[in-house]
Amino acid sequence: MTLLDAPTRETAAEARATEVDEAAARRLLRAQIGRLEHRLSCAVVDSMPDGGIETAVPALRGPRVLGLGELERLRDALAMRVADARALLEERARHREDARLRLERMLLDPGHHRHVRISRRELGEGGCGVWHVKPRVGLVGRLMGWWHVKLSSGCPLAT
Amino acid sequence: MSGDAAIDLGPVAPAIAAEFPDLQVLSCEVPAPAARSTDPGTRERLELMASRMRGGRAVELRREPVPAAYRVFFRHIGIDPDSARTPVEAAALARLVEGGHRSRGPLADALLLALLDTAVPVNAFDAEAVGGPVGLRGAAAGERLGEARALRSGQLVLADEQRPLAELFGELDPAAMPDRHSSRLRLVAVRIPGVPPIHAEEALWTCQESLAAGLAE
Repeated sequence: MTLLDAPTRETAAEARATEVDEAAARRLLRAQIGRLEHRLSCAVVDSMPDGGIETAVPALRGPRVLGLGELERLRDALAMRVADARALLEERARHREDARLRLERMLLDPGHHRHVRISRRELGEGGCGVWHVKPRVGLVGRLMGWWHVKLSSGCPLAT
Repeated sequence: MSGDAAIDLGPVAPAIAAEFPDLQVLSCEVPAPAARSTDPGTRERLELMASRMRGGRAVELRREPVPAAYRVFFRHIGIDPDSARTPVEAAALARLVEGGHRSRGPLADALLLALLDTAVPVNAFDAEAVGGPVGLRGAAAGERLGEARALRSGQLVLADEQRPLAELFGELDPAAMPDRHSSRLRLVAVRIPGVPPIHAEEALWTCQESLAAGLAE
């Protein structure tokens, strides 16, 4: 038993190697965390003005030097946030693409899209305008089947 | 730059330096501002910066190299930068909330100017309350910041040879904070990985210049 417990040159070398390996692993994790943070920041900026990207990760009671396990947990939490952010942005992009297609169809054939409205926000554009299929010259246009697409102007005035 | 106070490099504890080799604590000693109000040059620059800081820019900030480096470093040391904002993001948010940069006196304005100009935060301590070079280390078990605040073991602190002076990116020891009786200040900037050294030096120079302009008035 005494023999097993006594430190030998081999066990000391192993301990040093483990230390070096762990330091390298921490560096690697920090690099991954840096990349994930950058992607998350880009996703937050890209999501504007709608926002909605969740960025919070479990608190780690910093500022302090984090251990390997904590860095791993942080990396995993950030990776999950980035994946969620990407999924949200992709879903929004799909909705915008659908809205663009509907707008194109509206413009090509307004008569088949009577009273359909698509906001500029749905298209991923700034401003408060709305594309709206309306009859030309009011009731006459409605009776005659004269439909066209109008873009309403600007945001409502603040009350 | 001639006439600038010499910049000293403070010690970084070996265990921290091994993890973050680029981490540096830079500091310099300057005269404290005698005037009660900020000099017009600093006020003008702050107004100019406030006019450039709109909502879009405040959001985009996190993608700019130096603010992004602070976000990453905050993550690396266990701070969530969306809960406890990085100094430059906090200043940008304050600008949006207040509609401008409200003057809070020559020293606070000089620190804010340096922060907005370089994105590197600068702390100011009363030079007489600082004993020896200011460095970075982990707090020992049972150590306190001032009399009231207990520090967690290993918590990163700016410290002189005797005691912690401030939490890293956090609160300062009230006893080390400058007041109107302070005659000299110790300005301290922490250069983090990913931030070129010139940015941290520039932050100290900007602060010095603003304070010197107040003295010359």
